[in-house]
Amino acid sequence: MTNQELITYITAWNDDAQFSLPAETDSGIISAIDDLSGTIVNVEIPPTHLTEFMKRLQSDPELQFDYLFDMIGMDWGKELGILYYLKSTVLHHKIVVRIKIEDRENPEVDTMENIWKAAHLQEREIFDLFGIRFKGHSNLKRIFLRKDFKGYPLRKDYEDDYMIIRK
Amino acid sequence: MSEQVITHSDIKFQEYFLNMGPQHPATHGVLRLILTLDGEEVVGIEPDLGYIHRGIEKMCEYDTYRQIIHLTDRFDYLSSHMNNEAVCLAVEKALEVEVTDRIKVIRTMMDELTRIASHLLWWGVMGMDVGALTTFMYAFRDREMINEIMEKTTGARLTMSYNIPGGVMFDLHKDFQKDVKNLIAHMRKVLPEYDRLLTGNVIFQRRMKGIGTLSKEDAVNYGATGPVARASGISCDTRKHEPYSAYNRVKFNEVIETAGDNLARYQVRMQEMYESLDILEQLVDNIPEGDYQVAMRNLIKLPKGEFYQSVETARGEFGVFIVSDGKKNPYRVHFRSPGFNNLNALLKAGLGGKIADLVATMSTFDFVIPDIDR
Amino acid sequence: MILTQNIFEYWTQNTEGWLYVLVLALIAALYLTFFAVAGLLLVLMERRVAGFFQLRLGPNRVGPGGSLQTIADALKLVSKEIFMPKFADKLLYKAGYYFVIIASLLGLSVIPFSAHFQAFDINVGIFFITAVSSVGVLGILIGAWGSRNKYSLIGAMRSGLQMISYELSAGFAVITIVLLAGTLQMSEIVEAQRDTWFIIKGHIPALIAFMIFMISGTAESNRVPFDLVEAEAELGAGFHTEYSGMGFAYFFLAEFENMFIIAALAVTLFFGGWLAPFGITDALPGQVFWGLFWFFLKVLIVIFVFMWFRWTFPRLRIDQLLVLEWKYLLPIGLVNIVLAALIVWQGWLFEPLKWLGL
Repeated sequence: MTNQELITYITAWNDDAQFSLPAETDSGIISAIDDLSGTIVNVEIPPTHLTEFMKRLQSDPELQFDYLFDMIGMDWGKELGILYYLKSTVLHHKIVVRIKIEDRENPEVDTMENIWKAAHLQEREIFDLFGIRFKGHSNLKRIFLRKDFKGYPLRKDYEDDYMIIRK
Repeated sequence: MSEQVITHSDIKFQEYFLNMGPQHPATHGVLRLILTLDGEEVVGIEPDLGYIHRGIEKMCEYDTYRQIIHLTDRFDYLSSHMNNEAVCLAVEKALEVEVTDRIKVIRTMMDELTRIASHLLWWGVMGMDVGALTTFMYAFRDREMINEIMEKTTGARLTMSYNIPGGVMFDLHKDFQKDVKNLIAHMRKVLPEYDRLLTGNVIFQRRMKGIGTLSKEDAVNYGATGPVARASGISCDTRKHEPYSAYNRVKFNEVIETAGDNLARYQVRMQEMYESLDILEQLVDNIPEGDYQVAMRNLIKLPKGEFYQSVETARGEFGVFIVSDGKKNPYRVHFRSPGFNNLNALLKAGLGGKIADLVATMSTFDFVIPDIDR
Repeated sequence: MILTQNIFEYWTQNTEGWLYVLVLALIAALYLTFFAVAGLLLVLMERRVAGFFQLRLGPNRVGPGGSLQTIADALKLVSKEIFMPKFADKLLYKAGYYFVIIASLLGLSVIPFSAHFQAFDINVGIFFITAVSSVGVLGILIGAWGSRNKYSLIGAMRSGLQMISYELSAGFAVITIVLLAGTLQMSEIVEAQRDTWFIIKGHIPALIAFMIFMISGTAESNRVPFDLVEAEAELGAGFHTEYSGMGFAYFFLAEFENMFIIAALAVTLFFGGWLAPFGITDALPGQVFWGLFWFFLKVLIVIFVFMWFRWTFPRLRIDQLLVLEWKYLLPIGLVNIVLAALIVWQGWLFEPLKWLGL
C-alpha cells in the first residue's frame, strides 16, 4: 500500500464503534495522521487504545504489520512518548505509531510483547532509559544500567553534574 | 532384603545456572548470558547487557551532526562505514542535499568492502567457535587486503569515519581501482578454498545442520534482521527494498535461504560475499568523475522535524532516527542496532540445544557487543 | 654393550641393597628428564606445525629457530602466582595434576624405545598401558571437582564420558593386534613384526584397527576434534580453568605426553616399533641408536598426523561423540576382532617378503 492508501485506510477506522473514544471527545481514536512529506505514515493514538489498535494493525489482512522494527522512546519535554516503527515483511509498507504519556511520575503503557516478541528487549531498553513501565511485560528490569542506578538518563530533565556539562 | 528398582522418575534432576560471560571466549566481547542448564541442555537464556554501554544516544544530544558520525563508528565497529553512512544520509535527506554520483559510488563500494571484511572476520571467528582454529588465520590474511585498501584511502583500518555530510572526507587513493580488482580476483580464488576447509567438513555440517533453527514466523516475531532473517526466508534487504547511494544502479541478488538453521545463516553470509564481489566488479570500472564533496556549512543545522534513515550493515538493518528542533545539536537521536534485535531472536533460537550448540548458534548470529550495548 | 633383557634387569641383576635403590632412582630420573624434554619439544613442535598450517611462522625468536621458546614459557609458568579458588577443595585440587602426570609417566615406562631400551619389559605391557592411561581421567575428575567451578565440572564430566567410551574402542583395536602377535609383551610385539609390519601383515583388520586406534587415541588424548574437555569456545578452559602456573603446566604437559604415548603405541603396534623398514640399518653398528632413530621418526610422523587433525577439524558435540563411539566404532571394532581371529586361524596373512623368499 502506498502512504496515501494507508492513510485513507486507517483513518476510516475512526468511525469504528470499537475504536471510538469515551464520550468527552467527539473525534475518533486517531488524533493526527500524516505522512511527513512523503516519507512515512505517522499515526498518533491515545495510549489507552494502544493494544487494540496494534492488534488490528497486525491482524488486518490488508495491512499485515507483522514486524516491530523499532521502538523509540521520546521525551517531548512536557510528556513522554513512544514511537512504534512497524513494517510488513509481506507487503513491504511501513508505519509509525506514536503515543504520548502525560504522566511523567509514573508513566505506564501496555506491553507489546504479546503481539510482537521483538518488543521484549526494546521495552526493557525504554524502561531503563526513560522509566516508562510496561504493563504485563514478562521481565521488566534495567538492561543496560546498574540495578541501583538512580534516574532515567535519556529524559531531558536528567541531571548529572559530573557527566553532563551544560553550557 | 527387598529388591529396589530405581526408575528414571525416581532420580531428582536439578537445573542449574551457568554464567556465560562477560569474560568468555565465545561471546566475543562482554556479553553476559545467564544460562539455565539441565545437564548440558540449555533451557533458559537471559542476557545481561550494559558492560560496554556508553550512552551514545545521550552523548549525541550534546554533539553537532559532524561529531555524531564519529560516535557511530563505535557501535558495530566491523560495519563502521555503513553506520557513518546512515547518519550522513539522514542529514543529507533533512537538508535536501543531492550528492554527486561519484560520492554515491564511492560510498557503495566502501560499504561492500566493509561487508566483505566483516563477513570474513565472522567466518574466521565462527570456525574458532566450533573448534577449527585455522580458519581464523585464513580469514585474517584476506581481510588484511581490505584493511589495506581502506587504510590507503581513508587513513584508518577499522573505525574509518570516512563519510561526512555531503560526501566523503578524501578522494579515492590512486591505487584504489587496482587494489579492488586484485581483491576481487583473490577473493574469487580463496572463497572456494574456504568451502573446502570448513563448509564441506562432515563434523562441521553435523554441528550446523538443524541446529538453532529459527522459523520464519519466529524470525519475524522476534525482530531478526539481516542475514539471520534472510536465512529464515524473509526478504528484508534494505539495499533492495529502499535503495540508497548507488544500490539502484547495480545488479545483485538478495540471498535468501529457508531452512533457518545455523547452516542456512552460514550459507547466506558466504553467498553474500560473492554478491558483494559482484557489486564491486560492476562499480570498479565505472566510478564517475566529479566532486567527492558537496560544499556544506561547517556547522550543520537541521530543519525542525524528524528524519529516519536505515542502511543495510553486515549484520542487518541499522536505523538512525533524528529529531531536530532547528538547533546545532539534535533534540534526540535514536539508533536502531541490528545486534540488539538479533539478540532477541537468539533467546528463541538458542533454546533446546547443548552448550556447544548455543555457542555455534551465537556465532552464526554474528554479534558485535558494542552494537548491542550502544 | 650387551644388554640382556632391558635396562632395569641389566643394572639390577648384580646389585643389592642401597645400590639397587640408587639404580632405580637413576632410571626414574632418566625417564623424568625424557618426560620433561619430550614435553617441551612436543609443545614447540605443535606450535611450529600450527604455524605451518596457519600461514604463519610460529615461535622463532627465542633461541635458534625458536627452539628455546617453550623453555621460556615454562619459566614464565614457574614464576606465575599459584592461584587457588577460595572455596576449592584443597586436597583434591592439588592431587589432580599428580594423578594425571603420574599416569602418563607410568605409561611411558613400558614402551620399547629401542632394542632393550625399555624400563620394564613386563609380560602384560600393552595391558598395563591401557590400564594406567585411564587413571589419568581420575586426576581430571578430582581436579575439576576440587576447583569448584561449573565449567571445570562440565569439562570433567565430558572427560569421564569420553574416556570410558573410547577406552573400549582403543582396547579392541589393541586386541586385534594382540591376536596377530599372540603376546601382550611390548618387546615381543615389536619382535613379531621383524619380517613384516602388522599394518601390512594384518591387511584389512589391521587397517581398520589402525583407523579406530587413531580416532580413539585422539579422543583419549583430548585433542581436536575431541577436545570437548577443554573446548575453549564453550567452557573457557574446561577442567583446568582454575589452575595457574605449574598446576596448569602439568596438565598441559601430561596432555602432550599422552599424545606421545598414543603415537608410540600406534608405532609399536602397527609400524614395527623401533625396527627399521626392510631392515635397512640392521647391518650397521650402534643398534640401540638406530632403534631410537627409527622409533622417534615414526612417532613424530604419527604425531604430525595428530597435529594435522588438530589444526584442520572442527570440534564434535558431546552427543555426536558418543554416537560415533557406541554406534560406529564399537560395533566395527567387535566385527574386526572376529575378522582378525579368522585371519589368524586360517593363516591368511599378507607377507609378501616371505612369499618372495626374502
